[in-house]
Amino acid sequence: MTATQPAPPASQAAQGPILEVRDLHVHFGTRRGRGPTARAVDGVDLQIQPGEIVALAGESGCGKTSLARAILGLVEPTSGEVLYRGEPIGRGTRALKPYRREVQLVLQDPTGALNPRQSVYESVAEGLRIHGVKGDEETLVADALARSGLRPPRRFFLAYPHELSGGQRQRVVIAGALALEPSMLVADEPVSSLDASVRGEILALLLGLVRDLGLSILVVTHDLGLAWNIADRLAVMYLGRIVEQGPTEAVLANPRHPYTRALLSVVPEVHHLETQILSGEPPDPTRVPDGCRFHPRCPALASGEAALAGIEHRCRNEPVPILRGVAEHHAACFLTDESVKKEGGSRVGR
Amino acid sequence: MLLEGEDVLTMRPGRLRAVRWTEAAVVFQGAMHALNPVRRVGDQIAEAIQLHDKVGDRQAATRVAELLEQVGLPARRAPSYPHELSGGQRQRVMIAMALACSPRLLIADEPTTALDVMVQAQVLTLLEELRRELGLALLLITHDLSVLASTCERIAVMYAGRIVEEGPAATVFEAPAHPYTRALAEAFPTIGDTASRRNPHGLGGDPPDPRDLPSGCEFHPRCPVSIAVCPTLDAELWPAGEGRRAACVHVRDGHPELVYQVPPGPMGEDAPVHKGMAP
Repeated sequence: MTATQPAPPASQAAQGPILEVRDLHVHFGTRRGRGPTARAVDGVDLQIQPGEIVALAGESGCGKTSLARAILGLVEPTSGEVLYRGEPIGRGTRALKPYRREVQLVLQDPTGALNPRQSVYESVAEGLRIHGVKGDEETLVADALARSGLRPPRRFFLAYPHELSGGQRQRVVIAGALALEPSMLVADEPVSSLDASVRGEILALLLGLVRDLGLSILVVTHDLGLAWNIADRLAVMYLGRIVEQGPTEAVLANPRHPYTRALLSVVPEVHHLETQILSGEPPDPTRVPDGCRFHPRCPALASGEAALAGIEHRCRNEPVPILRGVAEHHAACFLTDESVKKEGGSRVGR
Repeated sequence: MLLEGEDVLTMRPGRLRAVRWTEAAVVFQGAMHALNPVRRVGDQIAEAIQLHDKVGDRQAATRVAELLEQVGLPARRAPSYPHELSGGQRQRVMIAMALACSPRLLIADEPTTALDVMVQAQVLTLLEELRRELGLALLLITHDLSVLASTCERIAVMYAGRIVEEGPAATVFEAPAHPYTRALAEAFPTIGDTASRRNPHGLGGDPPDPRDLPSGCEFHPRCPVSIAVCPTLDAELWPAGEGRRAACVHVRDGHPELVYQVPPGPMGEDAPVHKGMAP
């Protein structure tokens, strides 16, 4: 293990978030600009503190991967800002290069992420060469592999991806990211393509990286169990917006947004909630409904609960304020979140 | 291997072709790859019907419409191509296709693995309704034990080519008698259970290479509670409580509590190199 990693989180907490997203929009044209615009990310505020694991959860098509790609500078935002340690990340390959060393990506499918014709050594060393990292390459690669739990590391140098198991491949991908000594990882569904018995091991590895190296991690997932396993904070996304966020325990033990409740109620092992299977098509980002964007599928509106509280017209017509990227538990819902109900306006939170 | 009392392994190819789809049908994982991308989904369902029954195109189309409605898709989606449908809709098409010849047994191989939780819940509810309404037998194959526990009546757990535990779904999931079952059950945490909070449970090592299985109990190299006898043990399914059997020496010796000897926690930091890897 090398000694050049960032200091533990406590000393950095005073410096503010390591990553901040402000009013981010990512829109895509369809049919070469002739079709309707898809609002994949439609106004998101998010903060990630040093040494924190934040899980971003939601269904396919809710915009969570587009948000992650915008954070990495892989897609240019339509508007809004991504700030790293308080500075905008810039645009274009040259401006982004130092940032991309600091914030590394771990993809879902390690088999697709690794070049089948490159040995483990080559795969891990590639990033070091691109960034012109000084030092003994062999030692750096060995350190990164060991930190990812591939020990003894030198036994893996000449192995090719097909000789490794799925869990080992994902460890090689993580080693490739760690070799550059990043301060943050963005992991997109890091365990969803792995065998059940290996899943816990990879999650334990991520948790260990935060503990030992002080990394921050943004985990993009549709798996609320994963959030429960490792995340400090959970943000739930629906149709381009974060609809609920807060400490993981608070959000999962006491979900406020009807969407979070429905999502949680269909996890096979959660029995205390009545199962609410949302029917209908997955939401379409080219046709974002007026008012609360969840209202056409909202069980609380359908059951008359919203009408009883006298807010039905607000659900249907009034835009729901954007949740600020704060630590407290908030849901973008007129019915269940008092400050959203009272304040209204365009933003809620500190 | 008997299907309705008839041995599948000795069937002639013609007979096999006749019973496939009419007696036993399968729903594959990853509907994107199992459907033909350049043919309309309605035609793909009709193909299965017309291969088995001598019916005209119009009759087949009527049956296709019925099947689509049965799996919760509007019949007007029949002329769609697979890429025009969402993942959940494609999986519904796969199920409609499997039901085309009214089978008695439906085998669903990881039917929800690539799907979101909400769509997974929709598909599982559909399978459950079909099972009840059509009196189907359902064999559900998956690595997610919590899905099995919430859908099935009985669970059989396989490791390295053998069944290592079987029994009623709820008891197998809640109180596993085999250490491998225990590892699978703990892989997906119960949300709200403080023991798994910031404490993901894994199993050290990797699944064994089927060409080079370990001696004795195949699970012993990864087993947290293995004892001296395990590498030479001739494991078989021993009785493990009401309606249950498990292939673990602790069950044979009447000490199933020993399966829980080792406190759960992250293990296997020093993962062994996979078999077959160059030295």
